[in-house]
Formats: sequence, structure tokens, C-alpha cells
Amino acid sequence: MKPLIQSERFVRIVAPLAVGVALLGGWEWACDHWHVPVFLFPRPSDIWHSLIKDWPSLTRALVTTMSITFQAFLCAVVLGVAIAFVFVQSRFLEASLFPYAVLLQVTPVVAVAPLIIILVKNTQAALTICATLVALFPMISNTTIGLRSVDPGLVNLFRMNRAKRSSTLLRLRIPSALPYFFAGLRISSGLSLIGAVVAEFVAGTGGRSSGLAYEILQSGFQLDIPRMFAALLLIAFAGIALFLAMAWLSKLALGGWHESEIAVET
Amino acid sequence: MSIPLKNVSDMIATPTSPPIVEVLSANKIYADGTEALAPVDLSIDKGEFLTLIGPSGCGKSTLLKLIANLIEPTDGRLQWWRGGFDQVGREGRQLAFVFQDPTLMPWARVGTNARLPLDLDGVSRAEAGPRVAAALKMVGLENFEKHYPRQLSGGMRMRVSIARALVTNPDLLLMDEPFGALDEFTRNNLDADLLNLWWQRKLTCVFVTHSIYEAVFLSTRVVVMAARPGRVYRVMEIDEPQPRGKSFRTSQRFADLCRQLSTWLADASLPGDREKQS
Ligand SMILES: Nc1ncnc2c1ncn2[C@@H]1O[C@H](COP(=O)(O)OP(=O)(O)OP(=O)(O)O)[C@@H](O)[C@H]1O
Ligand SMILES: [Mg+2]
Repeated sequence: MKPLIQSERFVRIVAPLAVGVALLGGWEWACDHWHVPVFLFPRPSDIWHSLIKDWPSLTRALVTTMSITFQAFLCAVVLGVAIAFVFVQSRFLEASLFPYAVLLQVTPVVAVAPLIIILVKNTQAALTICATLVALFPMISNTTIGLRSVDPGLVNLFRMNRAKRSSTLLRLRIPSALPYFFAGLRISSGLSLIGAVVAEFVAGTGGRSSGLAYEILQSGFQLDIPRMFAALLLIAFAGIALFLAMAWLSKLALGGWHESEIAVET
Repeated sequence: MSIPLKNVSDMIATPTSPPIVEVLSANKIYADGTEALAPVDLSIDKGEFLTLIGPSGCGKSTLLKLIANLIEPTDGRLQWWRGGFDQVGREGRQLAFVFQDPTLMPWARVGTNARLPLDLDGVSRAEAGPRVAAALKMVGLENFEKHYPRQLSGGMRMRVSIARALVTNPDLLLMDEPFGALDEFTRNNLDADLLNLWWQRKLTCVFVTHSIYEAVFLSTRVVVMAARPGRVYRVMEIDEPQPRGKSFRTSQRFADLCRQLSTWLADASLPGDREKQS
């Protein structure tokens, strides 16, 4: 049997866990030792208590934020893939439309969010639009690159066998694009959450939101710092959960064949 | 011009089997101005094993791609079975191409890779199954249908690629340095298998290689090409009877043919070949 320290599972699960426990312990101890006031910097135990105490309102906020995130993510995926398909149909279309996709990408969402919130009456819809704008570009660019990254030898082979356009798309272009698509999913899922939170901040300053960002703002006003940390914690965990879900999906789809998902054999 | 020519060659060749491919003064100048191939005349007969050999960049791949209609000649033309390229694909007129690298779909299992030409042709699974199995058996991979390409060695991948070509029952098999990346031993074995297959199936093969031994062992005719511009330099007929076995490889005749070919090849590579290469 290999020594425990060399086993991959040990390294990947136990080691970061140990670091976390050490950090939390140090944090708790330091706050106690120097008597840091709770409204300046709460101890982990304070945060934990706040999480339990405010659980109902925090989960409600979490559900709001996540539902915006998921809707935006879905819109970004559907729109991004659709636009990518349009782009690969013709270089002309891509050349004429791509600059606008870039324009969309480089405009900070904080800057456009107020405008969208004013224009769109329904707050929920406005926030979803903002988050979609943030998450859209990686889906477009990754899927476009993927659909184009086809082995030229295979293209020749398909051509020589008089493959129809549809079967070339189905049997060659789409499978070639999958690794890029899933890389895009990972980025976009995280960006949807970021977009949702940022948009909520903007909306929340106008008192028109009920997500986690709004919780953070409110906690700030009320100097309820443990609650602020608790909300922050929930956002972080939601992000991690999203990332893991995408990694799992990607492994499910590519695990059999793509280099990125195959464990290095030793 | 071409009509009397056609009649003459009809009279000279055995009238029952017209040439499978005729390259009629076809040349190729690529878009960037490279004259890859000066006008070439070549006629490929049924049942031939024709090998193209020559220094790097002499247009072997270009000629093969012309024959496969993957590119169009700049001038001149080609005929397939005495007609246009639309002749290809009909009953008894199948063409298959084996690329220099395996060119497999990494996401598809070996069986699916080998079945691709049939899938694209709309052949049903039920009908394709036995044909795929037979083709894989022919290249010795009958137990690897469920593997992914990455689980195979380089030689095995190449054999999958050959199985994929064989699954259509081709009449004309074009191969561009199919065993170039393999070790000598594996290459010799695959050569012997290929020769067997060609003989049993009465295939017509056009084969590109850099190996003099491979060319002599396999071919009924070797075309030596020269570069700048690419052209046919010499042609060697090898009437060694079939089936050729290991004894041919070690015979004096084999050695003589190799020496002859090697001299021609050295001459073909001599003038003006080095300046342009960097
Ligand atoms: N797509 C292309 N565009 C421009 N030039 C090309 C192209 N393909 C090949 N060439 C040029 O045409 C010449 C012949 O190329 P080709 O690939 O036919 O050579 P080859 O005999 O197959 O060489 P090798 O033995 O190295 O494979 C070379 O000088 C090459 O640079
Ligand atoms: Mg070549």
C-alpha cells in the first residue's frame, strides 16, 4: 500500500480541508486573543450563528440569486450557441457581427445595469438580462472556435465520402466543438453568478431586489457584519457548486476520449 | 487531341480493362505560386500496385490528391474509369484514401471510426456491422472494436485507418505514406499484410513512400519523381511474381532493384533541390 500522503484522494480532499480548519482555527483564536469587535471582523463562530439565525431569509435570497443565475446561464448558453452557429455559417456574417459581440463583452455590466433596470420594468427580467450579457461572450467565442477547430484531414475524409452538410455538422463539427463548449460552460456559469450579484448590487441600491447582494447591502447598512459574511459564504459556495457541476458534466461528456478529462496514467 | 490519344492507348492496353485513372498533362500551381507539379502524364491500370517515391516536396502528395480529386489541376485534366469524377463511387468504382496520419475521430470508438464511410453513405447498421467486423479482422483488430483511438498504439491506429478504407470494398486504394511513422518491424509486417490484401482483393493501389525497400517490395511499378518543379523522373517496372514473401526481401534481385532505385533517387534529388528548402 502506498503511504497515505501519496494517495491522490488524500491530497485532493484531506489536504485542503486541513488548511481550511487551520485557517478557521487561527482566525477564531486571533479574534478572541485581540478582542476584535464583532462589527469590525466577526469570528467564524459568529458567522455560523448568523447563518443559522438568518437561515430563512438568507435561503430566500439565495434562491432569488440562483434563479437569476440559472436563467441567465441558460439564456447565455442558448444564445451563445445559436450565435456561434450563425458565425460559422459564413465568414461574412462573423466579420460583420463579431465586433458587436466584443463591444458587448468590454462594456462593464455595472455601467449598463442602471440603464437596463430603468428600461425593463420587471426587476427579475432586468437582472437576468444583465447577467446574460456578462456570461454570453465566452459561450459565443468558445463555441465558434470549437466549431471551426476541425481536423482538416477529417474534413477531407468527409468530403471524399460525399458527406451531406448536416452529417458533417452532426458527426464532425459538433463533436469537435464539445471540449471548447464545455470549457465555455465553466467560464459562463461562474460569470452568470457574478453578473447576477453585480446587477443585484446596482438594483439593490435602489431597493428593488431581494437576492444575496441585497442582503449584503442591507447587512452593511445595519452593521450586521456576521450576516454579511454569511451571505458572502453562500455566494462562494454557490459558485463552487456551479463549477463542480460543470466539471462533472464535462467529465460525463468527454471522459471517454478527450485529453482534458483523462487522468494521467503513471 | 485527347480523342485519338484515347484510341491509341485503347489499342495498346488490354482492351478488356481500360486504365482506372489517367492523368493527362495535369499540373498544379498552388495559390501562392508554388509550382508543385509540372504537367504529368500517367496512366494507372487495373490491378497495379503503383508507388510514388521522390525527395520531400516533389509533389507526391499533390499528385495523389489530384487522383483523389481533393484538389483540381491548374491545367490538364484527369479521367477516372474513362470518365469524370462522377464515375467514382459507382458499383465496382469505389475509391478510398489512407492519409499519412490515422485521422481518426477521437470521440468515436474503433468500430464507429471504421464504419464512418458506410454511415455517411446511409448504409444501415445491420448491414454495416458484418462489413466493419470483416474489415477490422483483416487488419487484425477484431478485438478492439470498443476501444477508443487513444487506447491504441500508433501502428494499431494506422490499421484502423486502413480498415476504414477497406470497409467500402474499394477498387482503387490511395495511400499517402501510411506507414511513415512506424518502426521498421511493424512496417514490414503491415507491408506484407497490405500486399496480401491487394493480391486477394485484386485492388488497384497507388502508394506514396520514402522507403526504397518498401517501394521495391510492394510495387509492380515505381514512379520516381524529382522536385522543383515536381515531375516524373523515371519509371521502374518490377515483374517479380506474386505472392511475394520474405524470400524476395532477402534475394539478390531485391538488392539490385533497391540499388538501382537508390541511384535514381539520388539523381532526382540532386539539382536545385536545396536552395528553396529552409
Ligand atoms: N496547400 C499548399 N499551398 C501551397 N504550396 C503547397 C501546398 N501544398 C504543398 N505545397 C508545396 O508544393 C510542393 C509539393 O508538396 P507535396 O506535399 O506534394 O510534396 P511531397 O512530395 O508530398 O513531400 P513530402 O514527401 O515531404 O510529403 C512543396 O514545395 C510544397 O511546399
Ligand atoms: Mg507528402
